[in-house]
Amino acid sequence: MWDWQTFFHYLHSLYLIEGAGLSLALSIGAMVIGLACGLLAALMRMSRHRLIRQPASFYVWLFRGTPVLVQLIIIYTGLPQLGIKLGVISSALLGLGVNEGAYLAEIIRAGVSAVPRGQFEAARAIGMTRTTTMRVVVMPQALRIIIPPLGNAFNGLMKTSSLASVISMEELLRRTELLIQVQFKVLEIFIVAALYYLLMTTLWGFVQHRLEAHFSRSVTASSRSRDKAQQIDLAGAVLTHDAT
Amino acid sequence: MVEAQGIHKYFGHNHVLRGVDLMVRKGEVVVIIGPSGSGKSTFLRTINHLDVPDKGWVRIDGELLGLRAGATDMVAVSDATLSEQRRQVGMVFQQFNLFSHMTALDNVMAGPVQVLRTARRTAANDARRLLALVGLEDKAASYPEQLSGGQQQRVAIARALAMHPKVMLFDEPTSSLDPEMVHEVLQVMLDLSQQGMTMIIVTHEIQFAAKAANRILFMEDGNIVEQGTPTELVNNPRNERTQKFLRLVTGGF
Repeated sequence: MWDWQTFFHYLHSLYLIEGAGLSLALSIGAMVIGLACGLLAALMRMSRHRLIRQPASFYVWLFRGTPVLVQLIIIYTGLPQLGIKLGVISSALLGLGVNEGAYLAEIIRAGVSAVPRGQFEAARAIGMTRTTTMRVVVMPQALRIIIPPLGNAFNGLMKTSSLASVISMEELLRRTELLIQVQFKVLEIFIVAALYYLLMTTLWGFVQHRLEAHFSRSVTASSRSRDKAQQIDLAGAVLTHDAT
Repeated sequence: MVEAQGIHKYFGHNHVLRGVDLMVRKGEVVVIIGPSGSGKSTFLRTINHLDVPDKGWVRIDGELLGLRAGATDMVAVSDATLSEQRRQVGMVFQQFNLFSHMTALDNVMAGPVQVLRTARRTAANDARRLLALVGLEDKAASYPEQLSGGQQQRVAIARALAMHPKVMLFDEPTSSLDPEMVHEVLQVMLDLSQQGMTMIIVTHEIQFAAKAANRILFMEDGNIVEQGTPTELVNNPRNERTQKFLRLVTGGF
């Protein structure tokens, strides 16, 4: 039977709220690591030199080609065998972050390639170096294209962060499971946890909406539809990601 | 001022430029005409190494652009050096290529601020003056999407001028404009030429060429086939292919 009292009791359980906070912090940390790895890998993959491109392609191939759960377990339980001992939180941050980076690299690369070639040429023609061109002309325009799929990626990451429970990180899901082991109210407590995840992704949805509005403020109606088409392509790439 | 010697360019197996030579004096206005696919745009783009020549070299004011003498052969200069050399060469594109995330003013300021490290205030004053020069002082705060094609192209000219180049390259600057906007862009170019700017222009506007050019070149199949003053070349072309081309573009039968 469904027990309303238990449900409402755990709905404002500090233990679970802390767990949710930890999930959120883990997601933010992993996203930051992911952005750093993703940006680096994306820039490397666009290099003219094969020796710079290949390691980045290998990274993307490896981390997109294996389950993030397996990666987490290898980092936490496997690496100590080689003398590399990482704590729970470091392992979770590293595993989720580096994995996310492989997906973000593809999003960033797609965003950069969507900037018309002429923008690059015009910047070069007034004497900008490659680096300045990227920083001043290409990246700001790519950002406008990248922001929506990046937001979706973060939404996905908040949910994927629950996998850290497997390596015993006491985030929201792990705490939920621990509670259930003593309380046996499986459905009520899991529904509470689900609601917390829903709350986090919903709030993020509002933030994302704001960000998108901010970064497309200089765009008028005619080009907005053009950007939309590109965003849909990228959103597609991210959806595949979420499904994994 | 501008000296190009023996320029060859291949796109895959396609031999687009077959040893093009050109000397342009300071203050001279040279117009390049020719059928599409003749290599005229590619040639223009090799002058500032947007397309790097496979053979041959370019000098601006005596200085070799994009190349330096290596141990045995000519080698490419670093990206920083090439970028520095490119400041001397302004370029205007067929598709304008204004930075779409910047206002007209920021477009014109971008070069001075980012490349020359000019103070923002100085760069802004200079940019306003240049926008006034092309008749767009009231559009400083507009984004490219809010401007007509002709206005965008005039901003693009101001953006190139902001670097105080020694020579300006125009790659079919009016080809993607609606007919009623062609004139405003050509007028700005004509003014520039009368102020003594050295210019190399690829265009199909024969009347403009006749009016503004000191010299017209006719290119076909990657070569300069014929060249001369506007009177010589437009009214009295000697080469049969030039005659045929001129008949076609002037709408004669």
